[in-house]
Amino acid sequence: MSENFLVKKYKEKVELLENNSILVDASDWKEISTFIFKSRFDYLMCITSYDLEQDNKIGLAYNFYSTKSKEYLEIRIEFEATTKVFSIAEIWRAADWHEREAYDLMGVIFEGHPDMKRILLPDDWDGHPLRKDWKEPEYYNGMPVPKDKTYWE
Amino acid sequence: MYKVLDKSIIGADEMVMNMGPQHPSTHGVLRLKIVTDGEIVSHIEPIIGYLHRCFEKHCENLSYEQIVPFTDRCDYLAAMHMAHGYSIAVEKLLGIEELPERVEYIRVILAEFQRIASHLIAVGVFGLDVGAITPFTWTLRDRERIIDLFESVTGSRLLYNYIWPGGLAHDLPPNFIQKANDFLNYFEPQIEEYNNLLTTNKIFIERSADIGVMPVDVAINYGVSGPTLRGSGVPFDLRKDEPYSIYQKFDFDVPVGEGLMGTVGDCWDRYYVKVLEMKESIKILKQALNSIPEGDVKAAIPKKIRPKKGEIYSRYETARGDLGLYIRSGGKNMPSRLKMRSPAYCNLSVLNEISAGWMISDVISVLGSLDIVLGEIDR
Repeated sequence: MSENFLVKKYKEKVELLENNSILVDASDWKEISTFIFKSRFDYLMCITSYDLEQDNKIGLAYNFYSTKSKEYLEIRIEFEATTKVFSIAEIWRAADWHEREAYDLMGVIFEGHPDMKRILLPDDWDGHPLRKDWKEPEYYNGMPVPKDKTYWE
Repeated sequence: MYKVLDKSIIGADEMVMNMGPQHPSTHGVLRLKIVTDGEIVSHIEPIIGYLHRCFEKHCENLSYEQIVPFTDRCDYLAAMHMAHGYSIAVEKLLGIEELPERVEYIRVILAEFQRIASHLIAVGVFGLDVGAITPFTWTLRDRERIIDLFESVTGSRLLYNYIWPGGLAHDLPPNFIQKANDFLNYFEPQIEEYNNLLTTNKIFIERSADIGVMPVDVAINYGVSGPTLRGSGVPFDLRKDEPYSIYQKFDFDVPVGEGLMGTVGDCWDRYYVKVLEMKESIKILKQALNSIPEGDVKAAIPKKIRPKKGEIYSRYETARGDLGLYIRSGGKNMPSRLKMRSPAYCNLSVLNEISAGWMISDVISVLGSLDIVLGEIDR
């Protein structure tokens, strides 16, 4: 199993979850991500951000794939929304846009990203809409957001 | 490894140019901010998001069944693939292991027809981008026949809402097999015609060979997938490497770029892989159409989709590459988070890496060969 090599190396720092994904602390991510890249996981498939809906915590799920040994690896980090997470965009360039998307839609703050800004939403957008506590604003750029939606709903 | 544009080196000769969002060569509403030194491109920044329709936010407020039409609208040129990939993901989440044989056969047949239709657009539009107008009309003429087939099956021509989690909306019409075989007999010789008209055309080769070469390590580091990755010579195809549905039953090859006209991984290779893939799709279709079994296509559709708490990551090979779906279920009939890793999103992010240093006209070639669909990039 691809997960075991991480558990063996970082016994206290990682936790094996039910579906064989590995929970990592945000402060150890810099060290562990470098190790993962050097082992064999050269292909980053996806970074998913999610809202845990308790204690203002959010999470990230990294899905890795190894083109050499055809193995999968899923890493999770769960942290307070204000925590800065180490950016892996310099290691896997695929992470560049995925991290920008996680910041844009979920408000994850990455440390060391080369070009952090919004990617899908306009630059003047307020807030991060995939947070569960996100509320539709009253005004956007001075224009009232229509409340009567009977025309299209 | 990563090149950030150093503002201090912009001399008097550098100019920032804007291409798009309403540029015919950008395949939709894509804006390219190009820093040029004369005719030479020194840095490109793709600016996306003009077609953002909050797909992921919508999914959190819709039941699993209601999401299917939304996935269609992500990649509107390969809507069948998106619905198929999504259905496989939901089935995985629900733990449905086996579907009726007929369902799997119909899904594969439609997915392969969709792959041909999507590649026809890609091939034709790439020709159009570099100045060959006739091939575009030819490929669209043939795609029209596939769209007619889809219309006879699903009732709609572009966005089908046909493949559902656990089954299909309804069965095939009675004379579908005959019509599909007729089309294949007509279409197979057509590929040679495209080759004569476009693939081996001297002007086309000049515009695409040796241009925008993507080395394998760059492609993998950027998460590039699909025909774009295979154009660089990596024989990675999920249909072969990790067969989903019933692809393990069929005999087909995975074409890769070989650098026939220039270097491995140039625009011509990425183009030619798509042409060869159409031939492979025909191979699969012929086998599938000959052996399609009888059965009830609605037998396995679950009455209620309410998966247990948990999360899955599912991969699917669309016409553009590796579609990933990460679904977190909170035990309700709606997903608590659904993330779509769209293939063209990752394929586009490599644009700066492979086209910096080339002429502006070559950027059009590179962009055409990447075969992007903005609906899927912006979601």
